[in-house]
Amino acid sequence: MTSLTSARASAPAIQIENLHKSFGTVHALDGLNLTVPAGQVAGFLGPNGAGKSTAIRVVLGLLRADSGSVRLLGGDPWRDAVAVHRRLAYVPGEVSLWPNLTGGEAIDLLTRLRGRADRRRKAELLERFELDPTKKTGTYSKGNRQKVALVAALASDVDLLVLDEPTSGLDPLMEAVFTDYVRQATSEGVSVLLSSHILSEVEKVCDTVTIIRAGRAVESGTLDELRHLTRSAVSAVVDTDPGSLAALPGVHDLQVTPTQSGNRVTFDVENTQIAGVLTALGTMGVHTMTAAPPSLEELFLRHYGDGVDAADSARPVAQARG
Amino acid sequence: MMTTTTIRPLASTESSQESGGSTLTGTWQLVRFIVRRDRVRLGVWTVSVAGFYAYFTFALDTLFADPVAQQGRAAVMETPAGIIMGGPGYGMDDYTTGVAMANEGITWVVLALAIMSILHVVRHTRAEEESGRAELLRAATVGRHAPAVASLITLGVVNAVIAVVSALTMVAIGDLPLVDSFAMTVGSALSAVVFGAVALVLCQVTAHARAATGMSLAVFAVAFVVRAAGDMREVGGSALSWLSPIAWAQQMRAFVDLRWWPLLISVTAIALLLWLASALASHRDFDAGLLPARKGRADARSSLRSPISLAWLQQRAPLGWSCLGLGLMWFASGTMLPDIDDMVGGLVQDNPAVAAIFGDNPDQFTLGFLGVLMLYGAAACAAYAIVMGHAVKGEESAGRAEVMLALPVARTCWLAAQLVVAGLGAAALLAVSVYAVWLGTVAVDGGGPGAGEYTAVFVGYLPAVLVYLALTAALYGWMPRAAGVGWALLAYSFVIGMFGGLFEDLPEAASWISPFFWVSAAFTEELSWPAFVGLTTTAGVLFLLALVGLRRRDIGTA
Repeated sequence: MTSLTSARASAPAIQIENLHKSFGTVHALDGLNLTVPAGQVAGFLGPNGAGKSTAIRVVLGLLRADSGSVRLLGGDPWRDAVAVHRRLAYVPGEVSLWPNLTGGEAIDLLTRLRGRADRRRKAELLERFELDPTKKTGTYSKGNRQKVALVAALASDVDLLVLDEPTSGLDPLMEAVFTDYVRQATSEGVSVLLSSHILSEVEKVCDTVTIIRAGRAVESGTLDELRHLTRSAVSAVVDTDPGSLAALPGVHDLQVTPTQSGNRVTFDVENTQIAGVLTALGTMGVHTMTAAPPSLEELFLRHYGDGVDAADSARPVAQARG
Repeated sequence: MMTTTTIRPLASTESSQESGGSTLTGTWQLVRFIVRRDRVRLGVWTVSVAGFYAYFTFALDTLFADPVAQQGRAAVMETPAGIIMGGPGYGMDDYTTGVAMANEGITWVVLALAIMSILHVVRHTRAEEESGRAELLRAATVGRHAPAVASLITLGVVNAVIAVVSALTMVAIGDLPLVDSFAMTVGSALSAVVFGAVALVLCQVTAHARAATGMSLAVFAVAFVVRAAGDMREVGGSALSWLSPIAWAQQMRAFVDLRWWPLLISVTAIALLLWLASALASHRDFDAGLLPARKGRADARSSLRSPISLAWLQQRAPLGWSCLGLGLMWFASGTMLPDIDDMVGGLVQDNPAVAAIFGDNPDQFTLGFLGVLMLYGAAACAAYAIVMGHAVKGEESAGRAEVMLALPVARTCWLAAQLVVAGLGAAALLAVSVYAVWLGTVAVDGGGPGAGEYTAVFVGYLPAVLVYLALTAALYGWMPRAAGVGWALLAYSFVIGMFGGLFEDLPEAASWISPFFWVSAAFTEELSWPAFVGLTTTAGVLFLLALVGLRRRDIGTA
């Protein structure tokens, strides 16, 4: 037991370095780096087609890497597939099941093939996820098929969970149940790779985040580290004209609206420049002020909305407004 | 105070009349959509059915050109087995090409067209609902009954096209009377549409496309049996026959004493079934059936814990049904044996082409006939093997292979499990087919070879059948897109095996790629052990290649 725990603590569960994978002329993965530290939940964010599922399939040994190195639970995902798969459970983004099996039968098959099926755990999970195991999987909705794969994964005793957009078909209540179980799993030392484009979910459970775009990681680190890269949204009501704030370094998208109690000003400020802005605000007779940390939503939009590429051209427009 | 907001009334009489805002709104667009989606599929059906008419007309015209041969054939068709496989027996005293077409062909044409019609209706109604695609359409300006009506309109059109093309084909190839040809093809097409309408009713009853297809095919099977049983009672059919839609086409007596009014029965039946389907459809919810969904086991049997037990669970239903269906068919064929000697004997004397197929030694006509049956049986088993080989590819394209291979299950282990079950299934089906013929001959006390000789045939054909499975698997392992080549080889082998003797200029090497070529002639030659070993080795090598190929390539690309 101790040796297992120390193994978990020492080496990352997944380590991907400079991974390339092409399908014909399409370069799906273009030098991807990704690490899932042992015992942690790593978020894997990206828009559709960014290469998330391709990366996961390489990690699972379903696809063969063109170049680069991938280590999975200390083994090679292609060569040692069977051995490493004993220690992980996978929930695909689009769950396909055998139509003539019931949900309960599919769960039993999956857990038995992973070894160590636990009937009580299965019963508990079925109840928490409100899944009827007696229906044929052919009649399940997308969400219910996803629940089958989730129950089978969470009922297995493994070291690593690989979850590809696991909640995309679940309602908010079931998402909460899912979050509970992920937390429970990490408290037991299980490592988790969670791909998603539901940012609030990643914010809730992930220790680290890697943002992928066009087959390569564009941001990576803990949530706190990533927030340092970004801006806070400030809103304040002041006595004097706050227009001069726009000239300060690090201030973007400044807007002023006169109100009965003064001038309402809203703007974004780069976190490294926040001290200078607060000093300037202090001289303006502040009535109220709020500063919100950036949500992952904003992080994400910066990369995929108008995006990094469009940032330069978008900037003058924003300044003109402010 | 009355509300002052102006919300446009939902169903103003003006708009509902203009747009036809009924349960049929959008039918015309859906018809065009179906034609766009299925133009290739329906085109292949049209060409295939017309090709069947062409082939059958040509074969009868060539092989049964003179009255002696025709009466020999008629004699066979008057036997119980002939009635089961053929028709009610009109015009037996002058069994010309047209008469034989109508008597024997209609059952099979209706079978083919009924399958097409059932698949077409289910595909465009229930399957669309089940997959969720119809939800998109129904949320748009599409009426509740529009998808069903659109599927029936297109079904009617394609059946009409097939009827016209087929009738012209018969006239062109066999120089048959135009009006009778049309009567036969139109009658057959309308009978098939009856089964399409049955499928539409059953699509309202069950919520699952597969169940609707299965139940509709079962209705056809019942109609087949009822017609056969009815026609056995007396020549020209009894009252019982008239309960079967297949009889409605046959009873038009095309090429003998044509009458048109049986068409009215088909038309009336279609109208009644449509009315019933419409009434049922109005009483059910979208995506629901009238039958409640069946519950299954909450926990798997303790035996379901390996790739091989899963493969068995997946394949046992198709295997069981194939064994039952083919077993009954070969049993019935075996019962024809006592009548064969006379017929073939007469034919061979008059027609060298027949001799090329059945052999020219009078003592061995029966054996030649049984040999042809064995080739048919083996070809059907090879088709089963190819289908099962393809099913493995289906597992991958459906994404289930991904689920399986993310478990601690080696690729080779998963593929081998699927192939072992498929191979054993094909072997079981071949055994059922071969011994069913034998049991048929025993049942009518028709003499012929004993069980031991049938066993030799089974042993001889088994490795050849497995070659088709192994070839499909090897192609799947290396080039999943080319996995259909197995079908081409089967078609080629069948033509070579059946008609190779007719092509005198054909170099022998052209036969070599046919696995069946290497199998010793059934009943007339000793079992060839070198061929057995050669074919077994070929199959084994291809199986290994399949495993090696799958180990090398990306999963999810099939």
